[in-house]
Amino acid sequence: MGYDVAVIGAGIVGAACARALAAEGLRVVVLERDAAASGTTGRGEGNLLVSDKGPGPELVLAQRAAALWPGTVAALADELGPDFPAVEYEPKGGLVVATTEQGAEPLAAFAQTQRAAGVDARVIGVDDALALEPHLARGITAAVHYPEDAQVQPVVATEALLASARRHGAEVRTGVEVTGALRDAQGRLRGVATTAGEIAADRVVLAAGPWTGEISSRLGAHLPVRPRRGMVLVTTRMPHRVFRKVYDGDYFGATQSSDAALQTSSVVESTAAGTVLVGSSREQVGFDDRMRVEVLRQVAAKALRLFPFLSGASVMRAYGGFRPYMPDHLPVIGADHRLDGLWHATGHEGAGIGLSLATAELIAAGIAGRAAPIDPSPFSPQRASLAPHLAEEAA
Amino acid sequence: MTEVLVVGAGPAGLAAALAARARGAAVTLLDAADELGGQYWRHLPPQRPAARERALHHGWARFERMRRELEADPGCEVLTSAQVWAIEPADDDGRVGADGRLIDGGDRAVAGAAARAALVVHVLVGPVDGADRVARSIRPDALVLATGAHDRTLPFPGWDLPGVFTAGAAQALAKGERVAVGERVVVAGAGPFLLPVAASLAATGARVVGVHEANRPGRLAAGWLPRPWALIGAVGKAGELAGYAWNHVRHRIPYRTGSAVVAAHGTDRVEAVTIASLDRDWRPIAGTERRVEADAVCVSHGFTPRLELPIAAGCAITSDRFVVVDAGQGTSVAGVYAAGEITGIGGVDAALAEGAVAGHVAAGGSPTDAEISREMRARRTTTDFAGRIEASHGIRSGWTAWLDDDTLVCRCEEVPYGRLRATGDATCSTGLRSLKLTTRAGLGICQGRICGRTVEHLLGGDGGFADGVSTDRRPIAAPVRLAELAGASAPNRPEGHLRKETP
Amino acid sequence: MSARMLPAGSDPIRPGPTAPVTIHVDGEPVTGAAGQTIAGIVLANGRLAWRRTSSDGRPRGLFCGIGVCFDCIVTVNGDRDVRACQRRACDGDVVSSQHDELPEVHR
Repeated sequence: MGYDVAVIGAGIVGAACARALAAEGLRVVVLERDAAASGTTGRGEGNLLVSDKGPGPELVLAQRAAALWPGTVAALADELGPDFPAVEYEPKGGLVVATTEQGAEPLAAFAQTQRAAGVDARVIGVDDALALEPHLARGITAAVHYPEDAQVQPVVATEALLASARRHGAEVRTGVEVTGALRDAQGRLRGVATTAGEIAADRVVLAAGPWTGEISSRLGAHLPVRPRRGMVLVTTRMPHRVFRKVYDGDYFGATQSSDAALQTSSVVESTAAGTVLVGSSREQVGFDDRMRVEVLRQVAAKALRLFPFLSGASVMRAYGGFRPYMPDHLPVIGADHRLDGLWHATGHEGAGIGLSLATAELIAAGIAGRAAPIDPSPFSPQRASLAPHLAEEAA
Repeated sequence: MTEVLVVGAGPAGLAAALAARARGAAVTLLDAADELGGQYWRHLPPQRPAARERALHHGWARFERMRRELEADPGCEVLTSAQVWAIEPADDDGRVGADGRLIDGGDRAVAGAAARAALVVHVLVGPVDGADRVARSIRPDALVLATGAHDRTLPFPGWDLPGVFTAGAAQALAKGERVAVGERVVVAGAGPFLLPVAASLAATGARVVGVHEANRPGRLAAGWLPRPWALIGAVGKAGELAGYAWNHVRHRIPYRTGSAVVAAHGTDRVEAVTIASLDRDWRPIAGTERRVEADAVCVSHGFTPRLELPIAAGCAITSDRFVVVDAGQGTSVAGVYAAGEITGIGGVDAALAEGAVAGHVAAGGSPTDAEISREMRARRTTTDFAGRIEASHGIRSGWTAWLDDDTLVCRCEEVPYGRLRATGDATCSTGLRSLKLTTRAGLGICQGRICGRTVEHLLGGDGGFADGVSTDRRPIAAPVRLAELAGASAPNRPEGHLRKETP
Repeated sequence: MSARMLPAGSDPIRPGPTAPVTIHVDGEPVTGAAGQTIAGIVLANGRLAWRRTSSDGRPRGLFCGIGVCFDCIVTVNGDRDVRACQRRACDGDVVSSQHDELPEVHR
């Protein structure tokens, strides 16, 4: 007796997929090598952003996700009751600022293109920006307010999605690592071999984030997902003085860059616990998870350019994680064209928390053979922009 | 010349610095405190001289000798008020593997033929938690970690009331300030350390109304001596005056085994405690509770080694959570040594012996060298001390019976026991990282130093968690101001090698 | 009934003369002996608690006494989160107690 779907990975993408698939009435098992939210999900800030995305398919996905989050949060709260910790969903909005004269014009121009794509992107004056964030540095040159940006506690959200999936009949098995594929006589995937034995499933959804590269190879259909390291600093609790998700315009450049070398940009926000999260960095160093002081130094220095008052803030913790990086900067969502029965839900880089719900919706619709609310084709593993990278890997 | 950096200036660190100097190394000895001696020789500051301070200490003459020798030695830089906040790999020569070990020939089996440590130690020097401390980055040839341990106090109802202290706090205030934490004091917990604490309190003018050891006589006898009362002999190590005070008042201080403070009472401060008898597993025995008035309670159930720096350096940790060391005190990381309580709670004699061995080997010596044969012998004879303490005084599982649903487990984030369990049950999470982020236990400013082990135990993680996370890992080893971070020196800049001139 | 410093005259370790140091704690001048920590001075002056917790507003003072628990943190001359049990008092230090409330969160 097997499952309809095996989801590999209990990060937020796997959790959202499991919930959506279980809600379809499918028999779902989630296989997680370590523990839920122990990888990329637990190392992020919980960004639900439209502000950092230019017009294109990823923005469409983000807009769909932004529409799904409030209802999902309410449904999870109803379903799981008051004993379950709050997911700390906060539609606090984002404020993107330029700190140089040269940075001002591109910021406004970018917002203009986003507005044309339906994003609520409000170019505001410096005075208005200071009214929204009174502790912002005086020297900013431009600002755009994005009321649609929001934040969630990603680990609680993942656990809530998994708990909901379980209530719909899904099984969540942690400490189980996928070691290979099970195929039928026609070569179609019929399940996975794991450290806990063989698990039969009609379909396999691979949501292993930055570890997808390795797991997809084990399954025989490699996907070129690479880890991109990031670090976040956490201050001690302090009086509430950062009200939105505030970042400098460099952030967009860093997310879209393909450079492997260290890049930092400033992202600052408060949490429900009263701490302030200070990010962010991007570098491609494999899965090396050791803390680097130089990374912290750059992140700290840039944060002070946005919020000088943070100079005396105490940093009590730093954590790092690995974003699932795609060479063509788009998540991979959909059926693998090389291995029948394998589906991908990965490659969201630093946007997986926000995009998880919309990703799960696409996966569920695809597996159920239903039309999806947005066009899934740009995310297909078969897309043209990915083809050279797949070919390169094959060679 | 080999440059040895010793972190921690308690007994182990002092001994390590002296031994490394004796072997000809240039030594930097640093400590976060502004005085040498660690917690064991915590003493009055120079502004408060006292003619008979030695009377408060055991081995004071030895401490003074060690301190004098190191401070007068131009080959030893003594750096106090120096907080190590990070240790990171040095990647100047690309020799370090992902696990922090040397790739080329870093064979740890050859103790004494040590490869150079490939680490940078980041230090902030200045007033405690100051905002303008001076950054230093040190790239030693060998690193000796002697960071010691702190009290482990199990939660009980009311333990968050002002007036409840760790036993170490009472000791530090008595020795370092001549302040008694209260007038009517109850001392409770487990371990031979309770007695010197009671004695120090008595020598500081407090009235100790009782000392309560959770373990019962049978267990104490199994680990120690035929007669548990011989434990009083431990007081001999508390210092002449404390020993005198103890002897003077011992007949008036009830020393009770198999009993514990199971609750503290009061509204805004402690006013009384409930004492109960415990069974052999530390479960309170119904009907034995009695209320005792007190204005201070000092409670410790053992010690937690300070492991953040060894972990940051990449050192392997044993299953019972101490640093793995070889015969020469070498850790699993080339060029990194550990001594004292982080390798096992063994007391001052073990710390002194281990420190001397670590310093000697870090400076290029071998554990078989004649000049440290005495310390090697002492190290062997003190080895089983830690085991005996654990066998006699180790925490038993029944203590959770004294918790209420609203007893705080995490003091910083105010997470009560009931909510901790309910959240763990609701999420079914098997990963500690997720459990911490969903319960918030261990996420506060102390970063789980106080509650970490307790949270792990209460969430069922005694055998480890599915995500392999432990509360001992703190890459930021001490809080650092954002501006200090922004000005942190990049690793391996010239000032990273800064040190005073050596002969 | 409180913490107190053993009077020099009755201390058997025969302390020498000390210089006074005065700090201002929440606006009140408090005097101790030079070389004492902020926590030592405040405790010896009869104040057992000086922080209030964020969630429940409960009083906290010194707990571990050796810089591990951070219960005793105070703001010193404008610098937040200073461990009072570790920081030596300097004459004229302006010390204020901390009560860091949780932010208003719209869930």
